[in-house]
Amino acid sequence: MLKIEGVHTFYGQIEALKGVDLHIGKGEIVTLIGANGAGKSTLLMTVFGNPKCRKGRIVYEGQDITGVPAHEIVRLGIAQSPEGRRIFPRMTVYENLQMGALPTDGSTFEADIREVFDLFPRLEERRNQRGGTLSGGEQQMLAIGRAMMSKPRLLLLDEPSLGLAPLVVRQIFEIIKKINEKGVTVFLVEQNAFHALKLAHRGYVMVNGSITLTGTGRELLANPEIRAAYLEGGH
Amino acid sequence: MSEIRIKTDAPEASFRDVAKDALLTAVVALVLAVPFIGLKSDSVGIALALQTRWAEMFAIVGAVVAGRVLISLFRLRRVQPRTPQPQKRAGAKELAAAWGGKHIVLIGVAGFAFAAALPFMPFSSRYTIDIGTTFLIYVMLGWGLNIVVGLAGLLDLGYVAFYAVGAYSYALLSTELGWSFWVCLPLAGLFAAMFGVILGFPVLRLRGDYLAIVTLGFGEIIRVVLTNWVEFSKGPNGISGIPRPSFFGFSFAREAESTTFHELFGIAYSSQHRIVFLYFLILALAGLTNWFTLRMRKLPTGRAWEALREDEIACRSLGINPTNVKLSAFALGAMFAGFAGSFFSTRQGFVSPESFTFMESAIILAIVVLGGMGSQMGVVLAAFALVILPEWFRDFQQYRMLLFGVAMVLIMVLKPTGVMGSREPTIRLHKKDQGSAAEAQPETAR
Repeated sequence: MLKIEGVHTFYGQIEALKGVDLHIGKGEIVTLIGANGAGKSTLLMTVFGNPKCRKGRIVYEGQDITGVPAHEIVRLGIAQSPEGRRIFPRMTVYENLQMGALPTDGSTFEADIREVFDLFPRLEERRNQRGGTLSGGEQQMLAIGRAMMSKPRLLLLDEPSLGLAPLVVRQIFEIIKKINEKGVTVFLVEQNAFHALKLAHRGYVMVNGSITLTGTGRELLANPEIRAAYLEGGH
Repeated sequence: MSEIRIKTDAPEASFRDVAKDALLTAVVALVLAVPFIGLKSDSVGIALALQTRWAEMFAIVGAVVAGRVLISLFRLRRVQPRTPQPQKRAGAKELAAAWGGKHIVLIGVAGFAFAAALPFMPFSSRYTIDIGTTFLIYVMLGWGLNIVVGLAGLLDLGYVAFYAVGAYSYALLSTELGWSFWVCLPLAGLFAAMFGVILGFPVLRLRGDYLAIVTLGFGEIIRVVLTNWVEFSKGPNGISGIPRPSFFGFSFAREAESTTFHELFGIAYSSQHRIVFLYFLILALAGLTNWFTLRMRKLPTGRAWEALREDEIACRSLGINPTNVKLSAFALGAMFAGFAGSFFSTRQGFVSPESFTFMESAIILAIVVLGGMGSQMGVVLAAFALVILPEWFRDFQQYRMLLFGVAMVLIMVLKPTGVMGSREPTIRLHKKDQGSAAEAQPETAR
């Protein structure tokens, strides 16, 4: 579904991605784990064309989307829930969700928002509340719900567990699973390697801008190197 | 027992602090006051003589100490009653917010009705209507700029440039080509919108301070061009003899070749008719601006403006094209300035570059910022404060800028988001429903 081929991205002179190859199949949950500053978020942002990759290609459903502006990529059926949630704090929950529906023609709005409210009953309870007054977990739900409003076939999630309590993290991951079961392909970028690998069909490990390991979620969970680096000790 | 002692002890301790503080103040004030006030050198003949002014000095030191004590006591009072007061205040604030949210439509309609009835009030004279017209011009400009600054969050310091474009469009088209006001009005809006896009393109990538500086420069460029391009705009002499508007083709003259306004309605001629007509014209234009903005906020483009102000990255991740959104904000904001500009030139009958200085931009921006960015009602209140109050207090004219400054500082300290700075949702859903937006009840007027 999405193929990333030999992508190099630079911030000025600094090479943040050193030739990344990665592919995501239809209906999969694929996770990308790695330490802080490994380049995970940069990869997600590169898919959306900001920053642009200097070398390499990004192909989505057979179409080369390297260099396509971000707002058009969304219309192709890729949605992103950006790092740090980035909801609109002064708008209500309902208005935030409306914003997410902008790329659609609006004819299915009722059904779409129903679907999001079914996924996140919490959001329905709080639909008149301002985004900025929600708790961190609710904001994350709102960010994912907002991304879902554009009816994506591929959902990119950048650290949905960031700054959330363990119980809430579990909730969020369960919802991601539900979203995937509805037929949406999910690409999950995470530092919380344990949860991410447990959920994902396949995983990639990124170190210093390159993919060093790949395998199914279970394989990676069992891998002693991964256990040492990401699962024990630090976490 | 001990609890009670603590309660009574606390203020005593703080009063001791106040006394200590006052004593320290007295010493410092005295040290400073002796050379500054107590001793004065006077020239007696060719020599300098030292004079003493002990009485004045002690009076001033006394005043300083008294002031210091007052400040300390005020602080003490604010600190002491810890539990009950903040709750009460929050409650009152919430109440006010809820009340404002519910009745803001009512207030708006009442305000509009009052504005419409103003010319027929017994107390209104030509002077009142004239001030009212000026006030409404600024309200309209404030609402127009509110689109750019308040909704889209693009700080524009050169808004007056579009006002100038509108004014000169009408002035030139009417004097050179003899086109009527009603043809020129939409054209002026169109020209101004075009200039909005011209300004918009180069500044698309700029934000905050950088954007402000470029727009400031743009405003100046327009003014300087109008001043120096004499063949085009008659330079600093300005354009005079701009035709007055007609009542859809019926002029307000006492006598004319065609039917005049008073003949049309079979009433006696009065010079007041045109003034009142102009007043209603700007009222209608301002009303149009407000209605347009309120509608716009509920449409995707308007919502995208607000979203862009809040978070540009999030906007892009949601498939919003920031280029189009910014350009539309610039163009539409400029369009209303263009309308206001052509109204301005038909009202004055004369335009010159002097009417479009940076000061005007600053006042319009101050109206938007003081009122609370994005708040329609706030713009009206701020325009009242900045346009009508100086008119009432003409006796204090010299202090006007001083008071503006003080007002700005106070607003920034007390209410940094402006007088009416909280954003109203464009839509409220009622609790009990089948979760459909069909029942969504629109409820706004900001």
